[in-house]
Amino acid sequence: MYTISKDNLNSLYAKIASSYDLFMPIKKAGQTNYGFWNEDAEADIETLKTVKSGKDAFFPQVETLYNVNKTIIPADVAASDDAEKAADTPIKTKLEVVPGKFVDQDFVIFGMKPCDVRGIEVMDNVFLKDFVDNYYKSRREHGIVVSLACHAPEESCFCTVFGIDPADPSKSVADVATWIVDDKLVWKPLTEKGEALTAVVKDLLTDDSAVDSKVDAEITSITEISKKLPYANLSLEDWGAGKTDEKFNDETWSKIYQGCLGCGTCTFVCPTCQCYDIKDYTTKNGIQRYRCWDSCMYSDFTLMAGGQNRPTQLQRFRQRFMHKLVYYPTNNDGMYMCVGCGRCVEKCPQSKNVVKVIKAFENKK
Amino acid sequence: MPMNENNEFKPLIVAFCCNWCSYAGADLAGSSRLTYPENVKIIRVPCSGRVNPMFILRAFERGADGVIICGCHPGDCHYSTGNYYARRRMALLFSMLEYMGIENGRTRVEWCSAAEGAKFSKTMNEFCEKIASLGENVRLGDLRCKN
Amino acid sequence: MQELKNRLIQLISDGTVARVIGWKKGDMPYNPEPACFSTVEELEDFVYDGFCGANLSKMMIEVANLEGKTAVCLKPCDTYSFNQLIREHRVNRENAYIIGVGCRGKLDIEKARKAGIKGIEAIEGVGIEGEGDVTFKTIYGDKAMAYSELLLDRCHVCKGKDHMVYDEVIGESKDTADSDRFDDVKKIEAMSSAEKFAYFQNELSKCIRCNACRNVCPACSCRKCVFDNTKFDSQQRANVDSFEEKMFHIIRAFHVAGRCTDCGECSRVCPQGIPLHLFNRKFIKDIDDFYGEFQAGKDPEAQSPLTDFTFEDLEPKQAVGRGEN
Repeated sequence: MYTISKDNLNSLYAKIASSYDLFMPIKKAGQTNYGFWNEDAEADIETLKTVKSGKDAFFPQVETLYNVNKTIIPADVAASDDAEKAADTPIKTKLEVVPGKFVDQDFVIFGMKPCDVRGIEVMDNVFLKDFVDNYYKSRREHGIVVSLACHAPEESCFCTVFGIDPADPSKSVADVATWIVDDKLVWKPLTEKGEALTAVVKDLLTDDSAVDSKVDAEITSITEISKKLPYANLSLEDWGAGKTDEKFNDETWSKIYQGCLGCGTCTFVCPTCQCYDIKDYTTKNGIQRYRCWDSCMYSDFTLMAGGQNRPTQLQRFRQRFMHKLVYYPTNNDGMYMCVGCGRCVEKCPQSKNVVKVIKAFENKK
Repeated sequence: MPMNENNEFKPLIVAFCCNWCSYAGADLAGSSRLTYPENVKIIRVPCSGRVNPMFILRAFERGADGVIICGCHPGDCHYSTGNYYARRRMALLFSMLEYMGIENGRTRVEWCSAAEGAKFSKTMNEFCEKIASLGENVRLGDLRCKN
Repeated sequence: MQELKNRLIQLISDGTVARVIGWKKGDMPYNPEPACFSTVEELEDFVYDGFCGANLSKMMIEVANLEGKTAVCLKPCDTYSFNQLIREHRVNRENAYIIGVGCRGKLDIEKARKAGIKGIEAIEGVGIEGEGDVTFKTIYGDKAMAYSELLLDRCHVCKGKDHMVYDEVIGESKDTADSDRFDDVKKIEAMSSAEKFAYFQNELSKCIRCNACRNVCPACSCRKCVFDNTKFDSQQRANVDSFEEKMFHIIRAFHVAGRCTDCGECSRVCPQGIPLHLFNRKFIKDIDDFYGEFQAGKDPEAQSPLTDFTFEDLEPKQAVGRGEN
């Protein structure tokens, strides 16, 4: 394992940024979110949870799929002296389709927490399994994930319930695992991609085998903390694959949805929500076809010519949690579409969240 | 950026004109052979009270460099009071745009009657000069509409 | 709180009301949620403490046409919103039984998080009565903060302890105002044009278009929002370009100008901590300056400034450039 002093992190960022685009938690106007690092940016790896998860790295909130540009070909007036005839000649237009760009350069996502890294696995099942989404795939192929252990988990965290280890990123699909131990960042490459990144920053790292025991101590400490967290013993026993009929028709939904505003906060801060909408925007000379995140909590989600398939907020509320806890596990060998990051627990304006939903059904028994 | 033959900036101006006074005023300017720049694009509305603040923002989004709203003089509204409501709305909207750091002068309200062809022409000429001096609208435009 | 709870149980048991809109105990010490109770058993989970910041008046729209009366717990500032909804015929006063609940300021858990408090297991000192500090019991040790330090921003510009509309009042209220509500607006007004632009650009670039500010707003009560119009070619849920955020926030505030009671819910719910009230307050300040002082929701009969006029109103050109020369 390698180490680098925390005071020296800015030069590490600069070194990475000289070869790659560096996507990492940046503090801006009082909030920490993922963004591209530059010399003026205020890097912030101390904040445990960015407001939005890091899923933007692979599935940005908005991306252009293609542009259609229209050019008008002037009518060939010179060929005819007959002005009247020229006026009758239909205006010819040329349409040109310019495909959106795939990511073709490696980039680095720094400081992703183990829960967010599991979020990538959840999205992989959607975007890479049956139908392969090339936009997502290109980002996945070129993204190098540097995961950071959670030094001090908070009360809203419940990733351990989903079998995620907040203490040890080397168990995740990340390329490099890191820990903060004392005043050092410990760096451990896990994959080939991770080795390549390590080679780039090698000059700044110190090979330090003595740190191993300290990392073990840090892992033990984090594990102990996460056992003490209030949600550590949340039971998922009643959820998962095959529970559709039983849960869908349950009366409980009609109580617990009340007060839901139908905003998209939970969806947009979630590391696993991956529904999107595709729209056209009329530009100066054509259209831009883009996709952007959508939320099943919105009243116009999957709106069709024939109307809405979920006209009430109760149905929309049920959909979101059934998708996470029942439908997705049914289709993906029991894997949940929730990673226990706790962002919805912290951010829901009305204090509704996935934990309260799970507990509401538990209390019923 | 659109340029004229002398390589000077040629702003795009959107003018919302009420049907009864200002649009007729523009007509009179035309029939009196008074000129105003061709880059003023007039949109006829039934009344200045019809102008939703969103119209103005959308005009900027779509590439306008300046937006002017013309209506009947207070007291002369064809619908009696439409322009009084417009006056309050625009005062608040313009103040908000200033508050958000959009340059003063990109928006304007001018009362212009059907008999004031000369005033219409003069107002448009002045407004165009003002916008030309402010330059292109960068702060309230949409990047996607630039190309 | 027990007095309030007992009264609610009484109201339900004697059939005065069919349901109660209030707050339900959360699973954390700081996250009670707005809820509708229709039986005495359900009321067991009723709670009212310092974290019950949500304004419940908008929930009354949904129950306006239900059978029977609905009791609703409103804090002094929430009653302004309710009055405004009466003015707009969105709620039914006859079907509402308003319990004015006492308030000594509501708390913002983000303030504790910003102060480095995490791993919270229990919180003491957040009851509606009482004085003294708030103590956080966390897995990283105990920490204390003054109640006033934890107040929501809006409580620092409290509108006062009086309920504008009620059937009965339970509990004492306290005016927690300690600063002028237009201070922040004035600070921005004093900036140069470029500084103002940079300030808002920076704040609004955080917007994730979740629409929480719109959906929580008691004044945003249109059946169909203009931003949900499918014929609109800008996608009202994508943070596509800096323009769309600006348009959304200007129009959101403009649509409630003259109707906004300054309840501060928009800023409370913003997941990105954008000071959204700065837009609404700018309109309120301008309305006060231009057309005379007006507090929406104070009087349900009062004419809203934007549906009113005088012959002598100032011209739009006089509305700008006032800070200059």
